[in-house]
Amino acid sequence: MYDGVYSEKVMDHFTNPRNVGEIEGADGVGTVGNAKCGDIMRIYLDIDHETQVIRDCKFKTFGCGAAVATSSMATEMVKGKTIQEALKVTNKAVMEALDGLPQVKVHCSLLAEEAVHAALWDYAEKNGITIEGLRRPKKDVHDEEE
Amino acid sequence: MAPDTIYLDNASTTPLRGEVLDAMLPYLTGEYGNPASIHPMGRTPRDAVAHARESVASLIGADPSEIYFTSGGSESDNWALKSAVLGPHPRGRHVIVSSIEHHAILNTCSHLKSMGVEVTYLPVDRDGLVDPAVVEASIRPDTAVVSVMAANNEIGTIQPIREIGGIARDHGVLFHTDAVQAYGQVDLDVTRDNIDLLSASAHKLGGPKGVGFLYVRKGVHLDPLIHGGEQERGIRGGTTNVPGVVGFGRAAELAGAGMAADSEHERTLRDHLVSRILSEIPYTRLNGHPSSRLPGNANISFAFVEGEALLMSMAMNGICVSTGSACASGSLDPSHVLLAIGLDHATAHGSLRFTVSPRNTLGEIDRTVDVLKEVVGRLRAMSPLYEDHIKNGEETRG
Ligand SMILES: Cc1ncc(COP(=O)(O)O)c(C=O)c1O
Repeated sequence: MYDGVYSEKVMDHFTNPRNVGEIEGADGVGTVGNAKCGDIMRIYLDIDHETQVIRDCKFKTFGCGAAVATSSMATEMVKGKTIQEALKVTNKAVMEALDGLPQVKVHCSLLAEEAVHAALWDYAEKNGITIEGLRRPKKDVHDEEE
Repeated sequence: MAPDTIYLDNASTTPLRGEVLDAMLPYLTGEYGNPASIHPMGRTPRDAVAHARESVASLIGADPSEIYFTSGGSESDNWALKSAVLGPHPRGRHVIVSSIEHHAILNTCSHLKSMGVEVTYLPVDRDGLVDPAVVEASIRPDTAVVSVMAANNEIGTIQPIREIGGIARDHGVLFHTDAVQAYGQVDLDVTRDNIDLLSASAHKLGGPKGVGFLYVRKGVHLDPLIHGGEQERGIRGGTTNVPGVVGFGRAAELAGAGMAADSEHERTLRDHLVSRILSEIPYTRLNGHPSSRLPGNANISFAFVEGEALLMSMAMNGICVSTGSACASGSLDPSHVLLAIGLDHATAHGSLRFTVSPRNTLGEIDRTVDVLKEVVGRLRAMSPLYEDHIKNGEETRG
């Protein structure tokens, strides 16, 4: 085992990540992070236009154990929720659901929150709508390699 | 340790050898005397320390009087550099080091810089080699010491220290080499290799942790780092770590006697590991010099995946390796060594170091590769970088 660094929940989500994969023709796709820092997350959303419910959510992540676990947990937490409910899934909530993260890994949970926001932003742009309370994601470019 | 653990992290530390423990035990029990004592209890420990001093010296062709026991490689590195430029007898205010030194050297240099010392960092080529011509060009009238490691701890590259030492000697500059990884692994000779100062550490060769030495060529003046009693001819205070020193001596004897066979065995395992990985897992590369490298070291980059995730996945299968990824260390940048040899950040983040010992077996290596194939495949399947690569076609990556 990878001793003592991560909670059992983190280890569980790293070992058996939920919702890994892509969604063909997704309604929204968001990619955040960059290879320089060693974390890139991509979230795919399948959204019901009528009800605004996130029917499905999948992810792909390049990153450490915490990055994989936070992506996995974030997809679980937004799946089945409305867009407005999903916006309330903060990095704090993801961290709490994972029973905490080491201090140096807190940025991974921020990235997960941003990835969901970036995917929602993409959905809004594609459909010419504005989502209340959603701001343009900060890190929407993933590869800043020199 | 679980019984089925496969330990391939011998550059981090090695298990204490049974013979070493046997040699140490008397000094942890009945022979508890202080070697500095004049009464009878000091006698046996004193003789044992003298014997160990001979053993560690003979492995590098040194005289026992040139060996100063320390608390390990870090102290020896600190001592060598600080003594050369600080204190009442500084030799100059300029230090030359390679850019791929261990942090025991690099962080000492940062500290020295904050005290006004100037530091030149030598670049390395794609294989991690320092160019001796660049060493020569970097020497100034106020250069006190050149420090280039004998072998690198991450990528295993063995430096041309004989040439570098020769250049330093020609210019009247001290030459220090951090031989923590090389000592007991490859043949070193302080005279042939033009070495003035050399750091070594016991726990890298089957000895105990917390003991090392600094070799100081006769005639080279050294100021103390640890001020204290009259131990180590008055320049390194502190009651001698008798069990540690005795263990170090025994480990050095064993390493010396077994060096040829051990390195042959390590090389066989390492080469098998590398060739299987490179041929069976696509998008992998070997980091470090192809031939001038420590026999037990393999450092490999796995494109599209991150090192800590790799390391954790291997650990869950009972296989212990290490990584140059930042995520494992808590800093944001990946290994300075991997960046110095020209890897981009993503590639550096996706690297693992495997370091074998003479006690590893071919079966362990095969199991490691089998697990690795599965783990890399699983992580790539969830990597957006791999997805992009597949969608954009093979030509986007060199
Ligand atoms: C090249 C090198 N130098 C110095 C050290 C530090 O040695 P120690 O752990 O004995 O302080 C190490 C090992 O960690 C090393 O690999």
